[in-house]
Amino acid sequence: MSPLKRDRYLHLVLKFFACISIVSLFFVIFFLVTESWRIIESTPASKYILDDAWHPTEGEFFLLPMIIGSLLVMIGAMLLSIPVGIFTAILWQFYAPSWFSSILERIVEVLSGIPSVVYGFWGIMIIVPLLGKFQAPGTSLLAGIIVLTLIVLPTITLVANSIFQQVNKLHIQNAIALGLSRFTIICHIIFPQAKRGLLTGVILQAGRAIGETLAVLMVCGNVVQIPGSVFEPVRTLTSNIALEMAYAMDIHRSALFLSGLVLMIVVFMLILMTERMKNRENAL
Amino acid sequence: MSANTTHSHLKAVPENYKAPPGIDKLPAYINIEKLSLSYDTQTIFEPLSLPIYQNHINALIGPSGCGKSSLLNTIVRLTDYQNNAKIKGQIHVNNKNVLDDSTDLISLRQNIGMIFQKPMPFPMSIRKNFELPLKEHGVKNKDELEYKIETALKDVGLWDEVSTRLHQSATQLSGGQQQRLCIARILALEPKALLMDEPCSALDPIATKVIEELILNLKGKYTILIVTHNLSQAKRVADYVAFMWYHQGHGKLIEHNYADVIFNSPSNPITTAYVQGLTE
Ligand SMILES: Nc1ncnc2c1ncn2[C@@H]1O[C@H](COP(=O)(O)OP(=O)(O)OP(=O)(O)O)[C@@H](O)[C@H]1O
Ligand SMILES: [Mg+2]
Repeated sequence: MSPLKRDRYLHLVLKFFACISIVSLFFVIFFLVTESWRIIESTPASKYILDDAWHPTEGEFFLLPMIIGSLLVMIGAMLLSIPVGIFTAILWQFYAPSWFSSILERIVEVLSGIPSVVYGFWGIMIIVPLLGKFQAPGTSLLAGIIVLTLIVLPTITLVANSIFQQVNKLHIQNAIALGLSRFTIICHIIFPQAKRGLLTGVILQAGRAIGETLAVLMVCGNVVQIPGSVFEPVRTLTSNIALEMAYAMDIHRSALFLSGLVLMIVVFMLILMTERMKNRENAL
Repeated sequence: MSANTTHSHLKAVPENYKAPPGIDKLPAYINIEKLSLSYDTQTIFEPLSLPIYQNHINALIGPSGCGKSSLLNTIVRLTDYQNNAKIKGQIHVNNKNVLDDSTDLISLRQNIGMIFQKPMPFPMSIRKNFELPLKEHGVKNKDELEYKIETALKDVGLWDEVSTRLHQSATQLSGGQQQRLCIARILALEPKALLMDEPCSALDPIATKVIEELILNLKGKYTILIVTHNLSQAKRVADYVAFMWYHQGHGKLIEHNYADVIFNSPSNPITTAYVQGLTE
């Protein structure tokens, strides 16, 4: 085969695979929309946020608590894991002795590889009873937030660490030679350069957090309600699908697909938001 | 004499070379005493003693890898960040050993500024490049900041070129301008000494000439220690020259004297070979 011909074949193969990924994405969206079309068409959108209960078999589709549940668990986990992850990365990059950092790094790498169901199991065995001592029943929004934090924290820490490593070493060297304190160097030299990368990493983890199902389902209690405090149970969109898909029929089934569609829209908006933030950064 | 034949003179290195009497009587701002450095088990340079004469231009020359940059880094304790660095000996500045644990590193680095081979202004506005270190060292007053920035930029002859665009990114400047900015950024902190590690090696001949003139202008007000591979540059600017050589895997101070003596009548044959071999 001549090199030119080989190139052309390679090109075709690449095109083929690119098409597969695009087509499958469209297929998923198309599927979600058509499956949830039944409920979208028969039920006014206001019912999802104004109904007073989730009884899909009786025509009550109060989706709002689940949307709020998903967002609260995700936002809570991000609020905890972002600062902790970034501070841990700063500690091990700029303050800790190197032997300590390398031990820490190995541990965090292992933690990031543990399947989330194990974290969920640990949550049920440890966190839920512990929280239950303060306020029954223990299965709650807070339990979900804690477990989800532990799931995303290792990855956020590793991502932050690798981004800090990419900061121009010569800038840091100059800053040290100018007598700048570590604190100033971190705030004024390292952070501005790391900001964009951190943002991307954090948003990817937010997407993962809102999509996390099993671990959250195990510890959140899954009561369909807008929680009055962090100690009350919540149900997330993902749990909702997982819990009911086995027996859902007709319009109920369609309502579950709608949950999935809503989830996808939320994730899509997250991505859009980061793009906007990044563009604004660039414009400055 | 070519560089190849110099190795035959290695055995002739006097074991405890001492500078001629008289030169030692000058006041030294930085006094390096029996200093040695190693990384892990690898010795970078053997114990060396070297006074850096106050308000003069002291040049440090020698082949690549003999530990010149490492020596400069040790003086301002940049070696603290290489946790495999082992240092022995003393470096006296103002009668204090900077290698002591109790040294105030912030004021040490304010007193002794360092210029690197590759100019590296921070990726922020020219003004911010000055404000960040100045504020760190306690200058908060706005007029005072303005005044110091202007004076420093005038000292390096950059004021006319950048006065109208202080708000623009410093990374947009040319290499030579960036290097002068880095020097100005240090001068704004009112240091006593400047350590320059091959400050011109990334610059074209014209920018190099500008920096050289600047260095000569700074003489008398600042103690300068400049590392250079450019022997004619050392000849043009230096009052005193220290020559280091790479010997049996580590650096060693071979000779230290007036620039004239080093370039015209060095006492060590290796020095002779080096200054001749590379100027021909
Ligand atoms: N952090 C470090 N760990 C181990 N070895 C190092 C470290 N930094 C420098 N070295 C070694 O120290 C030796 C001296 O390096 P240094 O940069 O001081 O030489 P130099 O005289 O400045 O050379 P050049 O003229 O090329 O700049 C080199 O062999 C280098 O590999
Ligand atoms: Mg060097």
